[in-house]
Amino acid sequence: MIDEIVEAIRRAETELAEDTVQALKKAYEKETNEMARTQLKAIIENFTVARKGSLPMCQDTGLQTFFIDMGYDFPYRAQLKDAITEAVRRATKEVPLRPNAVHPFLHKNSEDNTGRFVPYIHWELREGDDAIIHVIPKGGGSENMSGLYMLSPGVGIKGIKKTVIEHIFKSGGYPCPPTIIGVGIGGGADLALTLAKKAAILRPVPSRHEEEFVAQLEDELYEMANKLGIGPMGLGGDTTVLDVHVEYAHRHPATLPLGIVTQCWANRKRKVLIDANGHVEVV
Amino acid sequence: MEYHEKTPIMDARKYKLGDVVYVTGELVLARDEAHKKLLEEGSPVDLKGAVVYHCGPVITKRNGEWKVVAAGPTTSIRMEIFEDKFIEKFRPAMIVGKGGMGERTLKALKEYGAVYAAYTGGCGALAAERIKGVKEVHFLEELGIPEAVWVFNVEEFGPLVVTMDAHGNSYYDNVDEEAKKNLDALLNKIESES
Repeated sequence: MIDEIVEAIRRAETELAEDTVQALKKAYEKETNEMARTQLKAIIENFTVARKGSLPMCQDTGLQTFFIDMGYDFPYRAQLKDAITEAVRRATKEVPLRPNAVHPFLHKNSEDNTGRFVPYIHWELREGDDAIIHVIPKGGGSENMSGLYMLSPGVGIKGIKKTVIEHIFKSGGYPCPPTIIGVGIGGGADLALTLAKKAAILRPVPSRHEEEFVAQLEDELYEMANKLGIGPMGLGGDTTVLDVHVEYAHRHPATLPLGIVTQCWANRKRKVLIDANGHVEVV
Repeated sequence: MEYHEKTPIMDARKYKLGDVVYVTGELVLARDEAHKKLLEEGSPVDLKGAVVYHCGPVITKRNGEWKVVAAGPTTSIRMEIFEDKFIEKFRPAMIVGKGGMGERTLKALKEYGAVYAAYTGGCGALAAERIKGVKEVHFLEELGIPEAVWVFNVEEFGPLVVTMDAHGNSYYDNVDEEAKKNLDALLNKIESES
């Protein structure tokens, strides 16, 4: 399965996901601001060139991150961690990727994108005997524009809306807009951010939550964010976000955690599907 | 206006906010450590009229030849602590990066007749396509690939959008002001909801 994980990393880095390609093309057609059109056009040319030449679409090839959605009875579970780590080492040379794993105390770059707790692997278990590996390398510029707000529960949905819009305003052009905003509500601090990251990256663009009141909040936040006028790369325009996705968990009576994760336009994601017979597929 | 320029550029005062420039000739890369190094030790490259690019590229060596894989812009504001002195000392015509810069740089651009231009963030593959070769590299051993001073031969490198001109104007101030107004209106609207 190592070959397929390397292939998934290569495709995530060099071929922009089709949902995001379509969202950016649609945004370019709709955009009325000339400056914004220049930026969107450059982005479209860029991912076209990257795909054609099998080159990373951005020089920041991200922190190698994997979300694993695995059945309790998946027979190859013991091999996954080592396979992913080896695939990251190989992809670093073969794609190639920029070495992006630095020791925070010694400032030393490991040169192969591996190190303490990285590649970062997030595990989730469910019924079944198959596994889905979400390959989601994420750039540093947009990750810097993440936020955790421990709100007073009394501020309610109004307070959540205000905080999200202010957060997008404060982020300005730094996370390389147009972005996809993930919002996680409830749980604890860590769960709110995990939900936000899953909402931003794992869900298709565009998509709406299956529950009506959450979907409505997504619509409202999407429309408001695009009324800010920040625009592509913060140079003004109608397209600040491509979509806003909200996920929630029940909360403690005393807390209202709000996690916000920003994904830049270079929305890099692929899936590796592995069944119980060892059949592996990259989608 | 759209300009197609050859380096060196000796008349950067003509550019207005929103002008789009495509550059052919030489592109000099300098980010955090390179700014520090050049200010301390002087520049091995003549930077008069040069286009200086804030970028930490991905470059590999194949069969003894450098290959630029991806070379999009990095966040320029980190260089704010150096850029005014850098402009004063070396007199480049254009600083290229992403996200814009601050008051000190804006003042230096005005004083020495240079501009800041934004290159679209994340467009590492498009940039690499317009880079036709590596002319020279300095401080490679000391600073490593992403931080070294690379001189690239480029053709039609762009679109570079002039966002800070040589007359004290910053496009970012206009966008920020407008966005702040929009934000206040949105917050009021949320507050008034039942």
